[in-house]
Amino acid sequence: MKITLFIPCFVDQFYPQTGLSLVRVLERLGHTVDYPEAQTCCGQPAFNSGYWDEARAVAERQIAVFHDAEIVVIASGSCGAMVKVFYPELFQGHPREAEARALAAKTFEFSDFLVNRLGVLDVGARFPGRATFHDGCHGLRELGLKNPPRQLLQHVRGLELVEMKEAETCCGFGGTFAVKFPMISTAMGEVKCASIAGTGADYVISNDSSCLMQIRGVLDRQGKSVKTLHLADVLAQT
Amino acid sequence: MNAHARTFNEAARQQTADLRQRAWIQTALSGYYAKRDEFKNRFQSWPAARDTAAAIKWEAVNHLDRYLDEFASRLEARGTSVFWAPDAQAARDYIVGVAREHQVRSIIKSKSMTAEEIHLNDALEQAGFEVVESDLGEYIVQLRHEPPYHLVFPAMHLTRQQISNLFHDRLGSAPTDNPEDLTMIARRVMRRKYCEADMGISGANFAIAETGMISITENEGNARLTTSLPKVHVAIVGIEKVLPRLSDLALFLPMLATAGAGQPITCYNTLYGGPRQPGEPDGPEEFHVVLLDNRRTELLADAEQREALHCIRCGACLNVCPIFKNVGGHSYGTTYQGPIGSVITPHLRGLQDWKHLSQASSLCGACTETCPVKINLHHHLLHNRRNAVRERPARFEKLIQTAFVFVMRRPRLYEWIGRFGRILQPLQRLVRGTLLDPLRAWTKTRSFPPVAEKSFRELWRERKKP
Repeated sequence: MKITLFIPCFVDQFYPQTGLSLVRVLERLGHTVDYPEAQTCCGQPAFNSGYWDEARAVAERQIAVFHDAEIVVIASGSCGAMVKVFYPELFQGHPREAEARALAAKTFEFSDFLVNRLGVLDVGARFPGRATFHDGCHGLRELGLKNPPRQLLQHVRGLELVEMKEAETCCGFGGTFAVKFPMISTAMGEVKCASIAGTGADYVISNDSSCLMQIRGVLDRQGKSVKTLHLADVLAQT
Repeated sequence: MNAHARTFNEAARQQTADLRQRAWIQTALSGYYAKRDEFKNRFQSWPAARDTAAAIKWEAVNHLDRYLDEFASRLEARGTSVFWAPDAQAARDYIVGVAREHQVRSIIKSKSMTAEEIHLNDALEQAGFEVVESDLGEYIVQLRHEPPYHLVFPAMHLTRQQISNLFHDRLGSAPTDNPEDLTMIARRVMRRKYCEADMGISGANFAIAETGMISITENEGNARLTTSLPKVHVAIVGIEKVLPRLSDLALFLPMLATAGAGQPITCYNTLYGGPRQPGEPDGPEEFHVVLLDNRRTELLADAEQREALHCIRCGACLNVCPIFKNVGGHSYGTTYQGPIGSVITPHLRGLQDWKHLSQASSLCGACTETCPVKINLHHHLLHNRRNAVRERPARFEKLIQTAFVFVMRRPRLYEWIGRFGRILQPLQRLVRGTLLDPLRAWTKTRSFPPVAEKSFRELWRERKKP
């Protein structure tokens, strides 16, 4: 299958290795991977701030970039939810509505794509260690992806997966919320990090790098050595 | 930033810094989660129950004109006075008027968030009437001169020790941290008040159109005494409380108790259909129902957010909200706290004044997931944000968003800005956390990741090279 990658802007700039991990896993499964360089951002920062005209202007470009793609795989539950759930609403009654809906229909978050589209649970990964999984809210509630990341992790050799208390509680990132209300965002991050610490895990894994940026940020200030990893980074290890 | 937003930020800053208080709220809610899940599982299908409840509320709210008329005319047929209050002032004036007409000396009141919404106690006290709250939690916050902390658990922020101290100071009781003893202290005061009161005020959990009755659900039996001992009973009811049929209660009473308090059903569930009828031995001589609009009809006119009127005030969205759990109920500065409050307060009290509550959310959606009547709460927060911007964009933010669009529509420019960021980041490290740091809001409490030496697109290009 020919897969077109949507690498979110902050993954592109801060976590490019996660993008490469995605490529490695998909190629290992025998697929061809393409990355159109004209892509930038899904438009979520403007959308969540209430600037829907601006969000539409950015989203329009991505719709054009991915117009000819067969399948789009995106390395983030949050940006995935933006495309799959919010593009149709954003373009409702707009000339590009049909194209927005078409992109939404062919876009998949990484774990969703592997488990629900390809039916793959074991990607042949090996990663020794004790890990806990953090549910990004958008992946969990907008896309309904509670099980797929866990199913994939359960098939990783050497990996011991332990559930944290309140795995489904938000880490407090929330995009611009994190800087508009830093005190609330940080408090939420502290609650999340206490849950992580409670598991005694060496790694916290998520399918959203934005959550991991928040969690890492708080863990660093707490002097905690727990490592943060994107799901793709774990699945890429052999 | 307006005054309400500044007050909210300051309160949130204080509350999030209060680790003891945050831990206490977590503890106070921990029992609720287990019980809620236990009783949800007693439903044959909780998801199906939610679907049905949402459909019934949709039916009621989208035919509110018809059902309210039916509700009012059936009440009136049994001798109830129904007053249609367009706003808070009209509702307060009417109720103060009833109190004056009967020359009441003492008023007893059971729990009502709608009464809180119109600041009824203040109005009655200013008019010279004494009002005593008969719900234990409400009585406690009344003694502290505080608004309710949570729309279902008004005194959840207080420990037994604090309540004991309060009773000691205000009522002269001996210190105790035994819950039964504390309840008995309040009960002794209350029993006397019930007998003295010549007017009782209540809210309503549901208004049944089919039979013209209000339904009140409670655990302490205080609402029954409040509504039946005094000679006048006034119930204040938001117009969205209507349910079409009596049989709808078979779903809504257990659902409200389960979602709201983690109970299979509340201890006392009572229907009130009118004043004492000829031949009846007890009940009030007069029964007044005040139907409150107070801008609910404006929300009704908003097709996109109309479903916010489905709310049955169970408080489940507060209980799961990580914002509520960390900032606490008083920080909001509103009658209705938590996600539902953030959704409806801009409608009830002005979008520009209260839009900050819609922004103060990570949009995690735990509220929407738990809402028994399936209100799409976190998406309505997004809608409020959009509406606020559409009405009046913030100048600085508009500039940033315009720049964002300019960059994100130009991949080459975007890439160059990324490279520029890589060069500038060492400089940012020099001023990290200080006033000069452009990332200060983040870096004050969290580490910020370094911009990668090569972006993904650069690595991709290298990878493609033969």
